Amino acid sequence: MKADLTIALAGNANVGKSSIFNQLTGLGQVIGNWPGKTVEKAEGVLFHHEKHIKIIDLPGIYSLSTYSQEEIVSREYIALEHPDVVVNVVDATALERNLFFTLQLLEMGIPLVLALNLVDEAKKKGITIDEIKLQDILQSPVVPTIATKGIGVHEIVDAALEQATGPSVAHRKIIRYGPEIEKRIDKLERVLVGIDIGYPLRWTAIKLLEGDSEITREVNEKNPDITIAAAILAGEISEIHKEPCSTVIASERYAVAVHIVKEVQTFKAFEKPSIGERFEAVTMHKIGGYVLMFSIMLSILFFMSVFGGWLSELLTSFFESLNPHLPGFWPELAWNGGVVGFYATLSVALGFILPFYLILGVLEDSGYLPKVAYLMDRPCHTMGLHGKACIPLLLAFGCNVPACVGCRIMETKRDRFIAIFLSTLVPCSARTVVILGLVGAYVGVQWALALYVFDFLLIFLIGRMLNRLLPGVSVGIIMEMPPYRHPSAKVVAKQAWNRFKPFLLTALPLIILGSIIIEAMRLTEVLSLVSNALSPLTVTWLGLPAFTGFLFLFGILRKEAALVLLMTAAGTIDIRSVMTPVQMIVFALVIMIYVPCIATIAALVRETGWKRAGLITFTEIGLAFLIGGFAFRFLMVVM
Amino acid sequence: MPQEHIEEYLEAIYDIAGQEGTAKTTEIAKRLNNAPASVTEVFQRMKQKGLVLYESHKGVSLTPKGYKAALKMKRKHRLLEVFLNKMLHIPQNNIHEQACKMEHVLTDETETALCKTLKGPTECPHGSPIPPCDLNVKNCNECLTDKTVAYEKRDKDIIAITSLRPGEKAKIAFIRGGGGVTQRLCDLGLTNGTIISLVREAPLHGPIQVCVRGCRLVIGRGIAEKIFVQKT
Repeated sequence: MKADLTIALAGNANVGKSSIFNQLTGLGQVIGNWPGKTVEKAEGVLFHHEKHIKIIDLPGIYSLSTYSQEEIVSREYIALEHPDVVVNVVDATALERNLFFTLQLLEMGIPLVLALNLVDEAKKKGITIDEIKLQDILQSPVVPTIATKGIGVHEIVDAALEQATGPSVAHRKIIRYGPEIEKRIDKLERVLVGIDIGYPLRWTAIKLLEGDSEITREVNEKNPDITIAAAILAGEISEIHKEPCSTVIASERYAVAVHIVKEVQTFKAFEKPSIGERFEAVTMHKIGGYVLMFSIMLSILFFMSVFGGWLSELLTSFFESLNPHLPGFWPELAWNGGVVGFYATLSVALGFILPFYLILGVLEDSGYLPKVAYLMDRPCHTMGLHGKACIPLLLAFGCNVPACVGCRIMETKRDRFIAIFLSTLVPCSARTVVILGLVGAYVGVQWALALYVFDFLLIFLIGRMLNRLLPGVSVGIIMEMPPYRHPSAKVVAKQAWNRFKPFLLTALPLIILGSIIIEAMRLTEVLSLVSNALSPLTVTWLGLPAFTGFLFLFGILRKEAALVLLMTAAGTIDIRSVMTPVQMIVFALVIMIYVPCIATIAALVRETGWKRAGLITFTEIGLAFLIGGFAFRFLMVVM
Repeated sequence: MPQEHIEEYLEAIYDIAGQEGTAKTTEIAKRLNNAPASVTEVFQRMKQKGLVLYESHKGVSLTPKGYKAALKMKRKHRLLEVFLNKMLHIPQNNIHEQACKMEHVLTDETETALCKTLKGPTECPHGSPIPPCDLNVKNCNECLTDKTVAYEKRDKDIIAITSLRPGEKAKIAFIRGGGGVTQRLCDLGLTNGTIISLVREAPLHGPIQVCVRGCRLVIGRGIAEKIFVQKT
């Protein structure tokens, strides 16, 4: 069905675009309190006043002179897809910086609605904004909103509808630059007449003066003389101001923004720092910040290990008490394959995966992740990355797939590749299940911790190596630091559910099916055939029981499956009776490193191409078995 | 006392004590291979010239005037090192000694010409930062693209934003380098003349947090060292 109207949500990072999108469409875009969550555009549909309205959620963008990849997505959408109305979401607590982008949108001549978001937070900070005056100055409707509570979101759509059907706004002139610049814009506008590249003349002229590479290329194709003229004019401007033309124009835009803010905003500063600011001082402290960060990580690990172990035992004893212990092929297949597969997966899901997603949600929604990026920026540089990379790396603890996509917040190709490579080495929740559920539960939490420490060391070393091998240096971090916000229980729960749902829908059936297949293979002795074929690797090199061979193959599909299927393949729930502690550690170690699961490989291909995805995958397989074999020999000596 | 001698002392004090620290007489003596007695004598003369603060039991530290002079020497020294290494292809190990001697005869005019010819380098071949020039320019592009204009000296001292203390405010005067990063900083509101304050810095030369136009930004050390400000 064709939409009657397309509305695009655009604005700076972390101002609430996705929150508004979720409120309007009922969809579950990832939201949280850190810049760079949305790296791809999302589409949703809303029926409003019997109209079919398409809503587009765009990644955050600070300026049309783009800097990172997700900004290019936004710019290209706004410039090339021509949405009917752009809803510019602005952060009322930082109006000046947000208006800088608004002014650029106005220059493009797009029908605009301004969603003045976070007005509640602004009020708490002592900021009041006169919307009516702002509306007059910008000649566009202004709607105050509180996106998280849904306040004002439907008024945005009403205003957008009105804006779309209203008279053309392409010729508004909100910003007037200095006469020396205006004169040159005029000159360029005159020669641009007749050259249609789909943008307003004035905007094209300004972009040419700014030296925008995309627009310069497009105009150059039509008439190279104009781009030469533009370069000369830009040179004259920089001569006058003793500054490059693009920064002169940016400075003037900011001067306009300052002027508007002065007109519409009143600010009454409070004497005392807010609780959030005080909390920030503690969590970003030179020493305290690091102590706190490591304590938080350790306590998450410890909590999950204890909780997951407890729940898994509870569920096991409950289901085993129902075991009818019927002999014969079919009853054994049904119980050992089906029921055991089901409750083992359930304990994994409820014991480890769901709690972790809830914790991650709290960290995300409160705004703690950017603090980690700040604290870890210096250490990241030794791996050729900057602190922003910590955000996808932390998300990778949940699942590697969104982490790989999230690496788009890295500005250069090189940084992105390193960050993606390292993300796939982070133990995701599925690998955590194996580490904590096997080693943590049966060998000891300290050994599980040792595995984590080893993995971090490995990540660090590979990072250093990649940094040496790949030419270039990291550009360095430039990131907005959002204030702490009270995490909302509803948002955290919804977010965790959105992440957990795919597990229930795809992993659960897959694991139960796998469990039934393995049980059937075990009962028909096919399993031992497969296992024997792989035994040089599993038994001779890694020192593991033969039945683990098949699990490595199945683990490519879902890594959490490895633990559940281990029980099925061993033919018992009490793993201690079939595996020694050393074997459990080696098994978990190999599972932790050996290959990203199939979903991650697919994401790797999409993000880096076949060649690099293959490189990452095979490096990790080689590394895992190499390290596993040495670890086995080493542990046999020390344990 | 030759000028050259004093300049060597300034550099030695700068290396040991930095902008605000204090260096012991014995440390300087050891570094320059001089007897402590003669070192003390030089300190007295430098004190008369207003270059250092010196008390025999406390040691020696640079005055703002001395600090500025020391930075100027460091700049000349490191520019010469870049010149010797990058243009004349003299191996890295052999350039320090020569630069040490040449720096004292380098005029300011030649210093500026050298900087332009080398396209405004920011680091010496050993990786130490080259202090910015004392000319009244807003950024490097301007100076580099225009080889003929002679600039006035800056009327006020500028310092890297990383030299501010947490909580201190200053006005952005000059952003070194060019291209994407400068444009991005500009787009985020760090335009020349804007008031900026240092909120805090991470340990071990980590990133800094600044507040500009009511927004808080984290900026990596490497980028922050290229942002120069003027205390108001």
